[in-house]
Amino acid sequence: MDQPVRELSYAQALQEAMAQAMEADDRVFLMGEDIGIYGGAFGVTGDLVERFGAERVIDTPIAELGSAGVAVGAALCGSRPVLEFQFSDFATLAMEQIVNQAAKIRYMLGGAVSVPLVMRFPAGSGTGAAAQHSQSLEAWFAHVPGLKVVQPSTPEDAKGLLLSAIDDPDPVMLFEHKLLYKTKGPVPPEPYRTPIGKALIRRTGRDLTIVATAIMVHRALEAAAILAADGIDAEVIDLRSLRPLDRDTLVDSVSRTTRLLCVYEGVRTLGIGAEISALIAESEAFDRLDAPIGRLGGAECPLPYNPELERAAVPQVPDIVDKARALVRGTV
Amino acid sequence: MTLPAAAIETRTNRPAIYDRLSAAELREALRRMHLIRQFEEGAEQAYMRGLIHGTMHLSIGQEASAVGVCAALKPQDKITSTHRGHGHCIGKGADPARMFAEFFGKEDGYCRGRGGSMHIADVAQGNLGANGIVGGGLPIAVGAALAMRQQKRTDVVACFFGDGASNEGAFHEALNMAALWKLGVVFVCENNQYGMSTSTERSMSVSNVADRAAGYNIPARIVDGNSFADVADAAFEAVDRARAGGGPSLVECKTYRIRGHSRSDRNRYRTRDEIEAWSARDPITRFEAELLELGILSGGDVRALREAVDAEIAAGIAFAQNSPPPQVAELLRDVHSD
Ligand SMILES: Cc1ncc(C[n+]2csc(CCOP(=O)(O)OP(=O)(O)O)c2C)c(N)n1
Repeated sequence: MDQPVRELSYAQALQEAMAQAMEADDRVFLMGEDIGIYGGAFGVTGDLVERFGAERVIDTPIAELGSAGVAVGAALCGSRPVLEFQFSDFATLAMEQIVNQAAKIRYMLGGAVSVPLVMRFPAGSGTGAAAQHSQSLEAWFAHVPGLKVVQPSTPEDAKGLLLSAIDDPDPVMLFEHKLLYKTKGPVPPEPYRTPIGKALIRRTGRDLTIVATAIMVHRALEAAAILAADGIDAEVIDLRSLRPLDRDTLVDSVSRTTRLLCVYEGVRTLGIGAEISALIAESEAFDRLDAPIGRLGGAECPLPYNPELERAAVPQVPDIVDKARALVRGTV
Repeated sequence: MTLPAAAIETRTNRPAIYDRLSAAELREALRRMHLIRQFEEGAEQAYMRGLIHGTMHLSIGQEASAVGVCAALKPQDKITSTHRGHGHCIGKGADPARMFAEFFGKEDGYCRGRGGSMHIADVAQGNLGANGIVGGGLPIAVGAALAMRQQKRTDVVACFFGDGASNEGAFHEALNMAALWKLGVVFVCENNQYGMSTSTERSMSVSNVADRAAGYNIPARIVDGNSFADVADAAFEAVDRARAGGGPSLVECKTYRIRGHSRSDRNRYRTRDEIEAWSARDPITRFEAELLELGILSGGDVRALREAVDAEIAAGIAFAQNSPPPQVAELLRDVHSD
């Protein structure tokens, strides 16, 4: 018998993951700015403070560096912090603790300890919040050995990846696209885990592989539908995890489709697309390529406030369609 | 939450600081406070009508601190501002028409439509800009003061920041350097009692931001931030000290933000009573009543001033609506200087 499918928003799915983790494990607690009575800047923690109390849903002062360090210390000593940043841009204030401490302590101490820390970051543009509240910095952190970096694109993966992150013995950073928080999708009610380090083929196709992250997955799927009407059959891969990268899924797909287009919101140069391109160029898929590798990423500028400029600064559906067509038709 | 003792004070004697300001200057201060209020109410309405996007942080109820501090500054003095920076910008002399143009994302805006409310600036008037990063302006103000000294100028830098910002490391690092190097900075804390939803009681280990200044050997004063005269009094003292080479000071203005933190605030962390109690201490109403009572302005002056402000706001919105949008072809302009 078919059960009716339960739908949750991306934000609700994250909240459910945190609630289930806290129910299952006393060591899990939440920290962040205005995550208590306010319910979080994007409403993700909602009423969790009423359910779990202010000892486990801790409002911090506005102190990103200190809070990250406190979370590292707690994680080192047996607690399981989930730290929310109000905007991913503010990771820059906590860089020291994330990059020098959380990422490296285990290695520096010869494996004597681990840092089971989860950090959640509302990321991305599209809200008119301008240059200091709109960035996509995930690739910076994917450059750091010792960190794991994931980017769920659906409510289902948001919950599953957050639960995996909380289980993980090492620091995991979740980049949550702000425009996805209100999007809805099926979410299984029980606690389940989505593996970190596994990409997912969201649409199979024969003519080209589009590897996309976060909101770009949805734009790539829209583009694929338009391309299909043109007789171009695009495969769309949701990368989901930037570190570790799912090499096998990428190489296998490009070997079949013989063309690759990477689409991501972070600045194009030295972004995740550069790494994926290099990975393919170094792999057995290289010999199968029938077109140059394509990349679409954020423009080489800070995010502007004006909405038309802001749209122009990140890949949109027509950009993906045009680029994919050019790759398949050999007009690049 | 304790309200400052006095309810609406009616002054019978003239504040001593008014000796430093001419009648025209006092009138201009009142005009700027009205301009800030009307500007923000106009921006709020435009936002609700979908003419402005993004978010904005209104300073309604905090106009006395912005204008009281700027009244003590000279045109060439500088300020650094915050995400709640409309009042600072107008206080320092900005043109509301160009601010509206910025909020509407237009080419005539102060940031040519690239920055919006959170990055509003008016460099020509010495406003180095609002800031999207809480605490971001504090060390920048110290650097500006260092440059003034290097250039043998006596210009002062007023650094606005919130109570919440004083919990950031940047606050502590900035105060230490300013004091160590005896730089001409006036740190102006607009303590509106909350950083978003988090009250100062729940986020600070001391009762006053001014208490923190002692740790850096910086003289500090706490004033009624809803009183223009009290703010101006402390601001003149601090600015005089800075200009004379006496180093930094801190002025803590106890005030209150009447609106929510931003457009998405549901005000679940405070009571209606509290908001109403503070609304009754409205800084503009108080200042206006005082100027009338002291005979500095007449009822007719006030009416004329308010009408002129209304007209300026309406003209500013019309200017912004008619201003051209930026060209997409210029997306990459100004990333670098060349
Ligand atoms: C580094 C940083 N952390 C968090 C935020 C989000 N945020 C914006 S304003 C604000 C509250 C600031 O409080 P306060 O400094 O007291 O100024 P107020 O908003 O009360 O004027 C917060 C948490 C931010 N913009 N920058």
